[in-house]
Amino acid sequence: MKSYRKYMTSKIAWYVLTFVVAVFLNFLLPRLIPGNPVSTIVSKITSGMADTNSIKRVYETFEKEFGLNKPIWEQFMIYVSNLFHGNMGTSFGQYPRKVTDILASSIVWTIGLQLPAIIVSWILGNVLGVLAAYVKKGFDRILFPVFLFISCIPSFGFAIVMVWLFAVALKIAPASGGYAFDMIPSPTFSFFLSVLQHYQLPFWSIVLVGIGGQSLGMREMSIYELNADYVKYCRLLGLRDSKIVKYVFKNAVLPQITGLALSLGTMVGGALITEIVFSYPGLGSVLFNAIAAQDFPLISGCTLLITTGVLVANFLIDIAYGLIDPRIKVAQRE
Amino acid sequence: MNGNFKMIFKSGKFDVGVAIFALLLLCIVIFPLLNKEDPLKMNYTMFQPPGANLPLGADNFGRNELVELIAGGKTSLIIGILAGAIATCIGLIIGLSGGYLGGLADNILSSVTNIFIVIPSFIILVLISVSISSRSFLTTALVIGFTSWPWTARAVRAQTISLRNRDHVNLAKVSGYSVPKIIVMEILPYIASYVGMAFILQVASGILSEATISMLGLGPQNTVTLGLMLNWATMYEAHMSGAWWAFVPPVLMIALITFSLNLMNTGLDQVFNPQIRS
Repeated sequence: MKSYRKYMTSKIAWYVLTFVVAVFLNFLLPRLIPGNPVSTIVSKITSGMADTNSIKRVYETFEKEFGLNKPIWEQFMIYVSNLFHGNMGTSFGQYPRKVTDILASSIVWTIGLQLPAIIVSWILGNVLGVLAAYVKKGFDRILFPVFLFISCIPSFGFAIVMVWLFAVALKIAPASGGYAFDMIPSPTFSFFLSVLQHYQLPFWSIVLVGIGGQSLGMREMSIYELNADYVKYCRLLGLRDSKIVKYVFKNAVLPQITGLALSLGTMVGGALITEIVFSYPGLGSVLFNAIAAQDFPLISGCTLLITTGVLVANFLIDIAYGLIDPRIKVAQRE
Repeated sequence: MNGNFKMIFKSGKFDVGVAIFALLLLCIVIFPLLNKEDPLKMNYTMFQPPGANLPLGADNFGRNELVELIAGGKTSLIIGILAGAIATCIGLIIGLSGGYLGGLADNILSSVTNIFIVIPSFIILVLISVSISSRSFLTTALVIGFTSWPWTARAVRAQTISLRNRDHVNLAKVSGYSVPKIIVMEILPYIASYVGMAFILQVASGILSEATISMLGLGPQNTVTLGLMLNWATMYEAHMSGAWWAFVPPVLMIALITFSLNLMNTGLDQVFNPQIRS
């Protein structure tokens, strides 16, 4: 247990350092843009206003939020201390909404969509992968290229095709949004039903693409395991195929947990864009609109939230690994 | 080497991958010689359906979809290859020097690598792209290349460490070879096959990264890429008006290019990693 504590401490130290670097990049990169973003944004927002006083007030509010009149290191200190107070500033595009409020209302949709989709595709992909490795021959020769091809389709590209096929051509499911446009989120049955209907297409478009990638990794691990001596021994003992597959699955699935961590990472990249295609009210759409509106506080907020999510996911998986995987346990003892 | 070469082409997967890739490459090279239409010229009506002299119809700006597809495929491929080359070079330099030198240099280099493995490269890609106000396809390739090196660096480092104390390396050390010479002459040849495979995967992921940031509206300007075609198609709601010819071809093109590259990679993997040879 002592070694485990040591393992934990070093992991925690690493993640803290990584987080600091992430916060710094998040702060620095948007501020490298030439020109003053505040004046461009303010002139856009105030284009209809005639009252010079209120224009000036808007400008000052922004400058204070952004702290642009101070040297860069001081700005960084203010940014960090604001973060500690849970303050990510005010959105430019959706002024005067707070960035944290916008993020809080959209993260629910993203997690609600992506987490179940990733878990379902992970389970289905791993089961298919071990089957493909075990059955081999014709089955594998067809399935492998199919898996590989599907995993090469970008999830948002798949999403566009799904909308066209199932929403426009076949009219089976609604094409966009998280719920019917004439509804207000409320805990009623009809609202829940509408959410479920709108859930279908984005969910399946993420799951289907995810299956390809997961099954490939699982197939490879299983082939590796199938060459192990214990499988030969099981065969000599005359064990049933289904039993052997179960053993192989158990042994091959552990490295696949890393695959789960990786897909949490790609949920951030690839599948977030899927939300844009469906105008799903999650983080992907928020980020997209923020970029279109040059809403820098909101962009920073999105990227920081996503990074934090990935860091936490990786950290939890590292901790779990330290507890489960005997190979790491041995390494800790050394 | 010759024997290795024959072995590579014995792998059916590699052959199929090469065949698909060569076919796509041939289209990209030959088609513009036969059809000199400017891919960005708006000659037709919005979402004009496919017809006799318009095999894939027109896009939202009334541009010839087929001409655009070929030009876009070319730019996307160039972006992928450039980004892959940059990422592989950075990864090689960091991985080789960290792995071979060891000590403090290795500690610093591998910490930096580990940090950038956990921070999603997509986020850095978005942040850098946002901060660059005018983007050519070259800057896009550069940015993608600079954000996708960490995995290569980590893998190269691991391989270098396992090679560091081999006899031939020690012999070179005793003979008084300089460090760069030992790395290039004695270590690099042994990981060359691996680096080649990593490069192929980097090209494939570079093409996907371009498509992803183009969908976010952060793609290159004044050019056509497969990602930009998809971006235009969704912005002008081609999928809602049933104009499948505006988005199915670029999606298929992206999938085919990355599919052929991945096939080549698995083919090579089977040759160089006999354990998974079935």
